Amino acid sequence: MNNLAQISEQRDFVVSSSSLKDVRSFSREVFEKVNIEQDLKDELVLAIAEAAQNIVKHAYQGEDTEDKMEIKISLANGNLEIGFFDKGRPVEKDKIRHRKIDDIKPGGLGTFFIQQIMDAVVFKEGEKPWINHLILSKKIDY
Amino acid sequence: MSYKVTEEGGISIVHLDGEIDMDVTEKAKEVIMPLIEAKKEVHLNLKEVQYMDSSGISVLIESHQKATELGTKVILKDISKSVLKVIMMAKLEQILNLG
Repeated sequence: MNNLAQISEQRDFVVSSSSLKDVRSFSREVFEKVNIEQDLKDELVLAIAEAAQNIVKHAYQGEDTEDKMEIKISLANGNLEIGFFDKGRPVEKDKIRHRKIDDIKPGGLGTFFIQQIMDAVVFKEGEKPWINHLILSKKIDY
Repeated sequence: MSYKVTEEGGISIVHLDGEIDMDVTEKAKEVIMPLIEAKKEVHLNLKEVQYMDSSGISVLIESHQKATELGTKVILKDISKSVLKVIMMAKLEQILNLG
């Protein structure tokens, strides 16, 4: 395992629930190159997969599409930044909230997980050709 | 995800295997829900589940709620470390039946 100071890798995925396993494989491959605890790697893979799932579920509302989403994982000087780019419906930031954790019902957990795992979650308007640009960030000690 | 269902003393045991994400939740529900609807006690063996996301957790919640509504129960057995971590992250360890 290398302890690289800097990583920047990106990949495109078809916006589909069947791509989620590929999203996880890509994320695992990238984090294998970083000397961090396995538990943290697993959490980061979960956060990335949940964000990708939200694109499938919400930006595209589960519709079949040939559109692709792009995921970019960057690590420099201990700052991990994961960018998600998609061409789905614009995210309505005011409507994004995770469910209250004491409200036991299916759904709404993905955003809660992301917020628990990451330090910051920022939605931006995507630069062309993208519509949405989500940035997850976290300070990593490695 | 793959699965195997066995019966033992009137209890249906569902052995799930692999990764449980949004892509396979419908399949998981198709296996589990009819057993609950038949008012059987269901044990979900999660020993071989290496990954579960929020969609998988939703299946566990729905199963638990349906079972409670029908007067039976779903018990989670041999929970793998990675699944237990996600259950705890969702703060559901006191809600779901962990056996």
